Parts: sequence; C-alpha cells; structure tokens
Amino acid sequence: MLKIDNLHAEIDGNEILRGLNLEVGEGEIHAIMGPNGSGKSTLSNVLMGHPRYEVTGGSITFRGQDVMELEADERARLGMFLAFQYPSEVPGVSVANFLRTAVNAVREEELSVMEMYKLLQEKMRVMEMDPRFAERYLNEGFSGGEKKRNEILQMLMLEPRLAIMDETDSGLDIDALQVVSKGVNELRGPEFSAVVITHYNRILRYIEPDHVHVMLNGRIVTSGGKELALTLEDKGYDWVRQEFGSVA
Amino acid sequence: MPEDRTIQELGLDEYKFGFRDPEEYFFKTPRKGIDPEIVAMISKHKNEPEWMLEYRLKALESFFSKPTPQWGGNLNELDFDEIYYYIRPMENQGRTWDDVPDDIKNTFEKLGIPQAERDSLAGVGAQYESEVVYHSLKEEWDKAGVVFMDMDSGLREHEDLVREYFGTIIPADDNKFSALNSAVWSGGSFVYVPPGVHIDIPLQAYFRINAENMGQFERTLIIADEGSYVHYIEGCTAPTYTSNSLHSAVVELIAKPNARIRYSTIQNWSHNTYNLVTKRAVAEENATVEWVDGNLGSKLTMKYPAVYLTGEGARGEILSVAYAGDGQHQDAGGKIVHAAPNTSSLITSKSISKGTGRSTYRGLLKVHEGAENSKSRVECDALLLDENARTDTYPYIEIEEKKVNTEHEATVSKVGEDQLFYLMSRGLSEEEAMAMVVNGFIEPIAKELPLEYAIELNRLIQLEMEGSVG
Repeated sequence: MLKIDNLHAEIDGNEILRGLNLEVGEGEIHAIMGPNGSGKSTLSNVLMGHPRYEVTGGSITFRGQDVMELEADERARLGMFLAFQYPSEVPGVSVANFLRTAVNAVREEELSVMEMYKLLQEKMRVMEMDPRFAERYLNEGFSGGEKKRNEILQMLMLEPRLAIMDETDSGLDIDALQVVSKGVNELRGPEFSAVVITHYNRILRYIEPDHVHVMLNGRIVTSGGKELALTLEDKGYDWVRQEFGSVA
Repeated sequence: MPEDRTIQELGLDEYKFGFRDPEEYFFKTPRKGIDPEIVAMISKHKNEPEWMLEYRLKALESFFSKPTPQWGGNLNELDFDEIYYYIRPMENQGRTWDDVPDDIKNTFEKLGIPQAERDSLAGVGAQYESEVVYHSLKEEWDKAGVVFMDMDSGLREHEDLVREYFGTIIPADDNKFSALNSAVWSGGSFVYVPPGVHIDIPLQAYFRINAENMGQFERTLIIADEGSYVHYIEGCTAPTYTSNSLHSAVVELIAKPNARIRYSTIQNWSHNTYNLVTKRAVAEENATVEWVDGNLGSKLTMKYPAVYLTGEGARGEILSVAYAGDGQHQDAGGKIVHAAPNTSSLITSKSISKGTGRSTYRGLLKVHEGAENSKSRVECDALLLDENARTDTYPYIEIEEKKVNTEHEATVSKVGEDQLFYLMSRGLSEEEAMAMVVNGFIEPIAKELPLEYAIELNRLIQLEMEGSVG
C-alpha cells in the first residue's frame, strides 16, 4: 500500500525528516507517536505533497506508484487522504458544495445530486452532526471539535485507500474523540489503511493500531505492536530520548 | 458554488465569446466620429420629437466642452473619432423568442444560453423557467399597467412620462460621458411600475455589442411609483474585437415613496472595451434602491452606482463585484448621499485581481446636515490571486451631520498556499481550488442574484481565470 524509503525532507532549508522508513500494508492501521518537534506533521504534509516542503532524498511509493512528483490532487485521486491538524477556512463555500466537488473529483463516475445528498446525510449521521452543518462555510467559525469532525466526514465521503491523520485527537474532548474514532473505525477493512499520527496514547484506545512506531528527530526509532503505546504512556518520551537518542 | 463542472465539459471556451454575427444592420451612421450632423441624423432616423433633438444637441455641446477625466483609469487611448455612434441592428423589437431573428438566436446559442443554463441547472435538480435572454413581458404585467419596453419605444409611446423624468436624475452635463450618452443614446429600457404593483419575476434585458467600433450608448429609465416593487436585470457579454470599443450607458432610477427597486447587472465586456457608465438612483420617503453590480472583462471600467436618499427613512444598498485580469483596470465602487433623516445605506464591494490586473474601490459616502440618525456601512474586500496584482481603495467620506452612525471596513487577502493545498488534497486541481476560493469570496454577492445569474457569474469568472494558474 504505502512504502516510504529513506525519506529526507526539509522546509526553508532545515532538514526535518532524516531517513524515515515505513511500510503500511493493505488494511493496516499504523500509529506514529513522537514528541513535539520529531517531524510528525512534516511527515503528513510531505506524504500529501505540500509544496512548501522539499524532499531531498528517498522515495514514497503508494499502491506501487512513485508519488514523489505528483501534486496533492493527483495523490488524492490515487486514494490518499490527509486529515489536517489545522484545516484552512474557505469563506463562502459551504461544506455541502465543497464535498460535492471533492467527491466528484476523486470518483471515476459522478454521483447524482440525490445520491450525493443521501451519502452526505448518512455520513453526517455517523459523525453525529446536525444536517444544518452542511450549509455552513467550510471551517469558518468552526470550533476545534467541529473542524476535526468535518475532516473525518470528508474522509468518509471520499473513501480513501489510505488516510493520514495528523494529530486529529489534539484538542478533542472525550465525546468528540469517540465520534472521530467511530468515523475511522467505520472505514476499517481490508481496503483501508491508516497512519494515525499522535502525541498521546489516548486515541489508540478507540482506534486500535496494528503497529506502533515511535518517531524522534525525523526518523522512526522503534516499532512494535499496540503494547508499545502503553510502554510509552508509562515511561514517557524522555525514555525514548534516553533509549534511542543516540541512534536518532 | 452551484457550478462545479469544468469549462471544457460545458463546451465553453473563451473563443466562443469572441464569435461575431454578420453585421446585418438596417441603419448605420455614414461615418465614424461625432458632430451635430450625426446627432441630428440619429434623432431624425428615430422620428424623435423636437425637444429630444434639442436635448441631444445641447448635450453634445456639453460633451465637447468637458475635458476627458484624468482621475480614475487611463482614458488617453480612447479615440472618440474612431467610433460609430449609431447602428440599428434590426427593424423591429420582437416580443417573444420566436420573433428574434435567427442570427441573434444563433448568437445566444453560441453563448450557451439558455441551453447551458438548462444543463447546469439539471445538475442541481432545480426547475427553473429560463428567461435570461429576451424581453418577454407577461400578460399580467400589461394588465397591471406595467410598462417595459426599449427606450426608443418608450419615447414614442409614453412621451409625457419620459419628458417628465428623462435626465432629471443624471443631467446631461453631469460628466463627459453622461453628456455623450445624452447626445447619442439609443436603446436601453424604459420601465414604469404603477402604484402598489409588485412584479415578482425580474424584468430582464440582454444587451450585446455586435458591430465593430460601435459604441453602445443605452439609456435606461425606471420609475417605480408609490409602494411598487420591481427587480430589473441586465446582462452583457460582448464579443472580442481588435480595436477599442466604447460602452457608455446612463441609467436613472426613481423610487417613489415606499417603492423598492433592485437593479442587477452582470457585465462581461471584451477586453478592449471602455466601460464608462453613469448609474444613479433617487430613493424617496421610505423607498429602497439596491444596485447589484458585477463587472468582468473590459479594458477599463469606471462605474460607481449611486443612491441619493432624498426622503426620510429611505434605504440604499450597493453590492458590487469586480474581476480584473491581465491588463484590465476595474475602477468601481458606489456613492451614497444621505439627504434626509433616518436614512440607511450599505455598500459591499468585492474585487478580485490577478496578473497585471488592477482593481480600485472608489466610493463616496456623504451625509448632509439634517440627515440625522442616518446609518451607513461600507465594506470593501479585495482578493489578490498572485503577487503582481494590485488593488487600491479610495473611500471618500463627507459628513456634515453629527448624529450619524457610519462604519467603514476594508480588507485585502491573498489566496494562500495552505488554502490551495487543503483543497487540492481533496482532489481539486489547482485551477478548481482557485476557482472555489474565488467563488466563495463573491458568494455574498452571488447569493443576491437569481440562480441562473449566480451560475453565469461563477462561470464567467472561471472563464476569465482560465490559465491564470501556473
């Protein structure tokens, strides 16, 4: 599904990713944990093709295709999705109109207006959202929780093959966290993979990962099963720095 | 944004707006340029009453006596001697679609109207009777005494009304271009709505310049009598020509006590047209006048719709949106004059500039002494699509009364990299993402337009933006 090999990337001349390796198989959920400044958000932006980041080495292969030269929209059409930590506001564009455009952009066949409407209603029910939400302007005046729900709503509508979730849990109360997790679990299956990037173990109680990776200084320094997240919770990131600071 | 299909899918491209009908006019002035002889010839051809000829000739003197304005846009390349001032393209004004000559129908077909409208609308599942194109006066309007005809017919059939009001809101010598229009005007609309009559379906007119080097000088006069309501819509799509064209209209609106007039315009002139328009309204006691104004295309547009609030409790609103692409200058805005107590006004101006395009907001807010408890709000927002684009704001405010409440707010924003990345990460191409940001930006104006016009506005802006990315 996704293969990242010895990835190096920088922003404004500062190297952030320093030889990152990761392989995500079909239907797998991977968690990437790490302290602030370890390069987690850079990884998600680079995976989706943010133009401000420069990839200086390594490769990203998605479904057998080298995506390094592809624009963000081309990656989206291949089935990649990024749930943003800080989604942009787009005044004057309603959630419904935006989703209609986006869904038709990634699908091979356009949905009719009625199909779209039904799909949106259904997914909004999953996310426990008021139907009137669809008429609000995209992210404008949304609370933190509404933004995150909206990100997951988009994910449900677009049905990506791979979702990258950039600290989707940050700033969420427990109710919102449960709803957001429910949205992710809704898609869980052999055709859906996810990379859940997080600072905290909390979200992993609701979205159970198959693999957990720990990131430090732009690399993955250790990997394991879901028990690794518990170890981290017990011992904290200082333990990571002590244990793996030298390799990183 | 109701329109999300690409331009290619709709079969529209820029060239389609540049086609031309063969010029099958019935009368055309024998030479370019303007002098009393030409003016007399126009008036004679129309069999006008003597007073109109005199009015025209006096206006011509005023035109000659006034210098070309040096503020606003650059008018130095505009050559008044290189323009035909009168061309009459067809013999009779038809009243139904069937009466429209075939070549004119072809023009509308090529423009994609109304077929493309239907296609677009099918996509949103709405049923809408498309009446974009043609003057079609409903029988019930006739019964209610509503007059809706071209200005030449208005002068023939309602001479007294025309003589009473023509040029009273915008005198011929108001400015150089109102003087020119007053001298050579032709076409435009004449509307009279009797007291208490509400016209629910908008009156629509579609103008089109179709002869090279022809100036279009339409003249519109709308009188809404006491307690009446009318929404008048005008749209223009000019074909592309190589030499400079001039469009100089005069539009006068009179809203009698408790009347309401809404006047909506979307203009899309070819990129060599000078679009110099004088629009002014008077709102009497408790009357409301709203201008909704979309300016696309043209080489230079100078247009500042005005509302004079002369009666207590009157309200004026001006909503305008302008798009300035490469080499274009949109100098637009609005004027509100509070001349009575308890009057209120709102100006909302949105401009988009890309490439070497330049947009200017130029507005006047004036509150006369004694117009106490008046309220006014001016909001102008500019969106820049790239680094070179330019926007300026000239908000003139003259307040002679102490007991007033005025607010002014101006914002300039740029389409951000993060915003584009966000939209592109959902599968939108860079052009689609840019169009979405722009359509969202103008949404406050678009939602004030009837659906098919909102779609048209969005589509025209997308056409203008094509190739703007990269």
